[in-house]
Amino acid sequence: MTKRQASTRPKGALKRRVLGIAADGALILYFLFALFPVVWMVILSLKPGHELFSTYFSFTPTLDSYRTVLGAGEDEGVPFVRFFLNSLVVSLGAVGLSLVIGLPAAYAAARWRFRGSENLMFTLLSFRFAPELTVIIPLFVLYQQLGLFDTYLGMIWVLQLVTLPLIVWIMRSYFADLSPELEQAALLDGYTRKQAFFRVALPLVKPGIAAVSLLAFIFAWNNFVFPLILTSSQAQTVTVGALSFLGGDRPKYNLTAAAALVSVIPPLLLALTIQRYLVRGLSFGAVKS
Amino acid sequence: MSSSTEADHGAASSDDAAVAGAREKASAADRGAGSGPAAGAPPPAGPGAERSVPRWRRSLRPYLLIVPALLLTGGILYPFGLGLYYTVFDFAASKPQPDFTGLENYRRIFTDSSFWDSAWVTVLYAVGAAAVETVLGVAVALLLHRSTLVGRVLEKVLILPLMIAPVIAAIIWKLMLQPSVGVVNYLLRPFGLGGVQWTDTPTGALLSSIAVDVWVYTPFVAILALAGLRSLPTSPFEAAAVDGAGWWFTFRKLTMPMLWPYVLVAVIFRFMDSLKVFDIIYALTEGGPGDSTVVLQIRAYLEAIRFQRYSFGLSYMIVLWAVVYLAAMVLVRYLGRIQNRAAEVPK
Repeated sequence: MTKRQASTRPKGALKRRVLGIAADGALILYFLFALFPVVWMVILSLKPGHELFSTYFSFTPTLDSYRTVLGAGEDEGVPFVRFFLNSLVVSLGAVGLSLVIGLPAAYAAARWRFRGSENLMFTLLSFRFAPELTVIIPLFVLYQQLGLFDTYLGMIWVLQLVTLPLIVWIMRSYFADLSPELEQAALLDGYTRKQAFFRVALPLVKPGIAAVSLLAFIFAWNNFVFPLILTSSQAQTVTVGALSFLGGDRPKYNLTAAAALVSVIPPLLLALTIQRYLVRGLSFGAVKS
Repeated sequence: MSSSTEADHGAASSDDAAVAGAREKASAADRGAGSGPAAGAPPPAGPGAERSVPRWRRSLRPYLLIVPALLLTGGILYPFGLGLYYTVFDFAASKPQPDFTGLENYRRIFTDSSFWDSAWVTVLYAVGAAAVETVLGVAVALLLHRSTLVGRVLEKVLILPLMIAPVIAAIIWKLMLQPSVGVVNYLLRPFGLGGVQWTDTPTGALLSSIAVDVWVYTPFVAILALAGLRSLPTSPFEAAAVDGAGWWFTFRKLTMPMLWPYVLVAVIFRFMDSLKVFDIIYALTEGGPGDSTVVLQIRAYLEAIRFQRYSFGLSYMIVLWAVVYLAAMVLVRYLGRIQNRAAEVPK
């Protein structure tokens, strides 16, 4: 350590501190942009109707909007609770069906190379990137003929476009990460292939299955274009239902805000539980953290 | 791909030729992960159970596992094929007995100025959204990577906008951007910008919808970029620091080249998804004002669902699908090249 270097050190430290504060400031700015809209929704949803447009931040909070939205929407004619339950049914159904169909397929694709397996995987992936209406418009016509229009079954079927590629691709990457030796040892111990899959491979990828199921559920829940076109009232979901309060000549902002908030609660709660698995899930297994 | 067997041989040979020591590994894993046969589970089928399964059945197995997925894939490909078939007719609600028109629908589209307008808006939207999200997402990731107290607290809520349905996000911003009563103009008033017509001018509407896209999806890029940053080797950076390299030099010559494969995955996802944007535009502007935000999927929706000209609307979708497919092929090939190059870099 020479004298000259010693004398420049405080200066460098000061510069670093200023830069550090500036960087933190920039982060806080971004997060203000990211979080303020949600905070503002909370504020709007707590405002009484007569103070909607007269005030911004000072008002008497009330839970009236939530009562209206969740009170079967009697006075508004919007059965929001029903939409909420519909979302729950079709999302759970879509994820369940995708798991039953997707887990064996993902396992086969990870453990064997056979003719057509790669083609099938890429066909599945292309579903993920296909513009939805390419399939929905024909389904709109087809569902009317088959009686699947505005039904749970019709929605669960079409949501496979969202959930199946995700589950198969990510689970294949989990199965591929699993050492095949474990299953071979089980086979040596006298297990059949089926037993080896159910009792050795499957339990080991349980965390992956849980995470990918939740992520698939979130995407199914957040889908809008399928229920918009393929349901009308019986099987309509929250994403479409949330728009109903904006209709009419006097859009009800406070009700819209309350409906929007209620509809994002499930995906947000689930997202908090799978933070660790998000990277692999969001990138379809392309990026592993 | 870690395949345990030779290609196309089914599971026969290598299942028998188990690796020495696999047994210990398996039992170690049992103890470690608490996995393995559950208590009270039926006992194994007996010694050599797997070997007594005839060979032909074993080689058939992967196909059997895939059958349900194939059936479902067929169930999705059928409507797609049906849609393709519709486009060579003039099928519409007003014409339930359609006539074969060949490529007439496509000829009409390509000679129609509104198609080219829609295509232009779609490209502007996709390039704009993907570009802003990439720059902002990488910036946020770099700032979070410094791991200060502020960053660690904020990182916990990073994914919040990403988990909100895009259509709900658009509704939220629609309320905030109302020119007279919206909170955005209220907050801008002190700066003399109280009367911006956000979604009521063609340019404003397009920029507003891109802004909503940016709000929802920037965390997506940031999460992937942050995962990339955390998996980069540290030694090159230590060496650069010892050599007294500046921040900008380090970022340009070290960080970005190594980070690019990660960021590229995010960019591809965002660009491809923005090409088929629907929810955000539908809820925020419904394609207005005029036709200024009518992207291709909105155009197809208006034609096929609103005006019930199924064949004509579908022709738009087939064209968009072809474009998306080509874009995907080009981008994925590029990604493969980049990832191979990254793999060659000694870590």
